[in-house]
Amino acid sequence: MHWIDGIVQGVLLGGLYAQYALGMALMFGVMKIVNVTHGDLVVLLALIGISLANFAGLGPWAVLATLVPIGAALGWLLQRALLNRVVGNDPLPSLIATFGLSIALQNAMLVIWSADTRSLSGGGIQQASISLGPIFIGVLPLIVLICATLLTGGLDLTMRRTRFGRSLRAASADVEAAAMVGVNPRNVYAAATAIAVGILGFAATFQAMRSTVAPADGPFQLIYAFEAVIIGGLGSIWGAFAGAMILGISQAIGFRISPGFGILAGHLVFLAVLAIRPQGIFQRKS
Amino acid sequence: MTPLLSTHGLIAGYGDMRALHGIDLTVNPGETVALIGANGAGKSTLLRAIMGLLPVAPEMIRLDGKPVGGRAPHHMVREGLAIVPEGRRLFTGMSVEENLRVASEHAAKPVAEPWTLERVFTLFPILQEKARTPVENLSGGQQQMVSIGRGLLAQPRILLCDEISLGLAPKVVREIYAALPEITANGTALILVEQDVGLAQRASHRLYCLLEGRVTLHGTSGEISRDAISAAYFGASHALD
Repeated sequence: MHWIDGIVQGVLLGGLYAQYALGMALMFGVMKIVNVTHGDLVVLLALIGISLANFAGLGPWAVLATLVPIGAALGWLLQRALLNRVVGNDPLPSLIATFGLSIALQNAMLVIWSADTRSLSGGGIQQASISLGPIFIGVLPLIVLICATLLTGGLDLTMRRTRFGRSLRAASADVEAAAMVGVNPRNVYAAATAIAVGILGFAATFQAMRSTVAPADGPFQLIYAFEAVIIGGLGSIWGAFAGAMILGISQAIGFRISPGFGILAGHLVFLAVLAIRPQGIFQRKS
Repeated sequence: MTPLLSTHGLIAGYGDMRALHGIDLTVNPGETVALIGANGAGKSTLLRAIMGLLPVAPEMIRLDGKPVGGRAPHHMVREGLAIVPEGRRLFTGMSVEENLRVASEHAAKPVAEPWTLERVFTLFPILQEKARTPVENLSGGQQQMVSIGRGLLAQPRILLCDEISLGLAPKVVREIYAALPEITANGTALILVEQDVGLAQRASHRLYCLLEGRVTLHGTSGEISRDAISAAYFGASHALD
């Protein structure tokens, strides 16, 4: 029962990681843009949300409804002002540009919010749980998992079935050829990054409700998002979701083995996937 | 009459290397114009410049007399240009149908009878069979058909075709060239870049020969002699042999 509980808690934790990973799946997996600010944007949005709750008196769901459009606007701006200048077949320019921005963002957040850890009050929902026999399932983690599943399904359908999804995949396959058939790659990329960072509005709200955030936390979330996308396989939306689940389960089981081993267990599973199946679990071939 | 497309002293190149030294060319509605010339003569560069893929001055390219030089490729599509690029440049990882739909979803406003997926499938029936196949699994000839279909679904008034016979079996080349009259029947003009001079001459109304980035010969395809072509193709010194 100990282990079944570990897996259940791992899946629930995976729900949060999936919310980090979806935007990364879109940006890194599909557009081949390395966005080092990914985690910092989660933290930035979370801190904005906490301030909104403290100073404007917004409840957690109102914070979520505000952070998603703020995230989308930030993403659009990030792509228009910075990433469209460095996008291309070589991921190095985007890595360098966003690495610099990441440091600047962390320090700017330190100035505004100080190094204190903060969290968002959920009005009691954090403590609520449902018992299934001997296993307790937290209501908040369950909501997170349901949101993650719906977001994954929605994003996957958007990529496969919509005009926007086809344009984005075409531009990722051959940006010049896409322009030759009438796609404006800059607009398509700006919309994609807006979606990617908009989804981080969910991740930010739930991260701030589940635990705490501080300005220097971004890189951890960045690593989890990268790992989930690479475990799942580049370009696969459901793959990123599955990668997030694998990461969550590995960590939860690792914590049961020894409290200090949890995070490391996730990294070890990631390295094992990279060694055995470098193209990712859901990728047909490299 | 204002030509559909005209270039005026068109100069273009890659970085510091200039590949075109002042090209004057006109294309009228419904006309098929062939561009011939040796490798490196500037044929593909000319098509790329017209399509907006290379920086040029506005006055150097006119559509309906309106200067459009230097606009982005997606603007050129909206103005009624489309290209079947060298090397086909299909969207890998996407099916035949998806490749075609990207084009139809960003097309110019159709002029006469619009191109639809059904019409492209009638023109190239094999594509209907392969509609759900990823394009990387098609043969070279089938890929070329997708690339042409993609160009047509942009609803062009002028379709630029860059070496559509390159690397294909003679039978497939005949099949593809047999489809061209159906394309021009609507009034769509074609610019054909073609290695096979005989084929280019037979398939076109007028012909331009390029040599080292300049037009060395231009005239009605049916009236130009082989000698005139070889002089223009290789340069005057070779013609004396």
